[in-house]
Amino acid sequence: MYTQAIDLPNQQPEDAKRGPTALENAAYQEEFNAKLARGDFIEAKDWMPEAYRKTLIRQISQHAHSEIVGMLPEGNWITRAPTLKRKSILLAKVQDEGGHGLYLYAAAETLGVSRDELVEALHAGKAKYSSIFNYPTLTWADIGVIGWLVDGAAIMNQIPLCRCSYGPYARAMVRVCKEESFHQRQGFDLLLALMRGNGAQREMVQHATNRWWWPVLMMFGPHDSESQHGEQSAKWGIKRISNDDLRQKFIDAAVPQAKVLGITLPDPELNWNDARGHYDHGEIDWAEFWNVVNGNGPCNRERLAARVKAWEDGAWVRAAALAYTRKQELKTQAAAA
Amino acid sequence: MERKEWPLWEVFIRSRNGLDHKHCGSVHAPDAGMALQSARDVYTRRQEGVSIWVVRADHIHASDPDAKPEMFDPADDKIYRHPTFYKLPDEVDHM
Repeated sequence: MYTQAIDLPNQQPEDAKRGPTALENAAYQEEFNAKLARGDFIEAKDWMPEAYRKTLIRQISQHAHSEIVGMLPEGNWITRAPTLKRKSILLAKVQDEGGHGLYLYAAAETLGVSRDELVEALHAGKAKYSSIFNYPTLTWADIGVIGWLVDGAAIMNQIPLCRCSYGPYARAMVRVCKEESFHQRQGFDLLLALMRGNGAQREMVQHATNRWWWPVLMMFGPHDSESQHGEQSAKWGIKRISNDDLRQKFIDAAVPQAKVLGITLPDPELNWNDARGHYDHGEIDWAEFWNVVNGNGPCNRERLAARVKAWEDGAWVRAAALAYTRKQELKTQAAAA
Repeated sequence: MERKEWPLWEVFIRSRNGLDHKHCGSVHAPDAGMALQSARDVYTRRQEGVSIWVVRADHIHASDPDAKPEMFDPADDKIYRHPTFYKLPDEVDHM
């Protein structure tokens, strides 16, 4: 997004897509620091330190991959939605996730990396995506819990990103956040409908919540003390709120929502702490987190295989569309000659 | 040269009549028709637009970010171009 390939004056055409100047330069660095200190945005063609650019490419592309891979667990239920209304809603939601992936890929491309490179990094297993999408969607209630908790956690993460220092990323996040609210609400609405149903339906909601709660808490990443990128990202204005603070905010919001639904969150240590003004919670199983991040979750292989298959099966379509365009261009040239 | 990736198009949307087309993002597409189609799907799923422009990104010419001072600084010392420069008597200050 945001004119990454535009033609700058006095540039050779092959330079046009190269993105921001990578040259380290003390005066530029000073100007960059001053912009951050003032709370100004950095834009695509502005000078930026190479490490800032690399961090953004890593974070934005991971975010984009997460949106695209995130279409898979929910897409799994489109043909099995219980009513036409729920099916329409789910279709719209999954389409939104695809759209979010596209906004974010485009924002990453402004940093001088191509879409194909990003996709290749995902398919080669070099780029990560959110660990949450490596869990299966076993019942219809999972679709509701994903909207309520997974998208709820995503919103907590994404709202501070609307103010991140890199303009194209911040603008993409504004758009994403506007749409994300629909995702969370439709999920809660779906669960409310199930909770008003029979005992088996209520049990389905409880089971789905039991399975998703802990993986959702892991979505906020390692504890601040363990976080690899936290401090530098905070200095650069890429990360405004720490992992643990966001996780706490999410838990504090989710507990009363679970009460409205009438379900129990699967953590016996989840208690209100008057002194802290927050809910205390049990310890997260970090061994499970790292296991899933490192490729050994329940669905890692299946998810990646589905993405690679879609890309490879679509290759002939992409090639045919380009061939058609070239033919049309030749025809136009011939007609003009 | 083998061009495998679909070219990039910048997308501009008029949200309703009476307003300007505003840049909102970009799409990859093999031609203008498909760029418009994709822009519709990606950027107007919620009644965000009544008109779309797509422009090949490499057809846009932009000012050089390094030339910001010589491009824009000359306006800094011409504050007399703003209405607030003129202090008028209170009775007529809201003209």
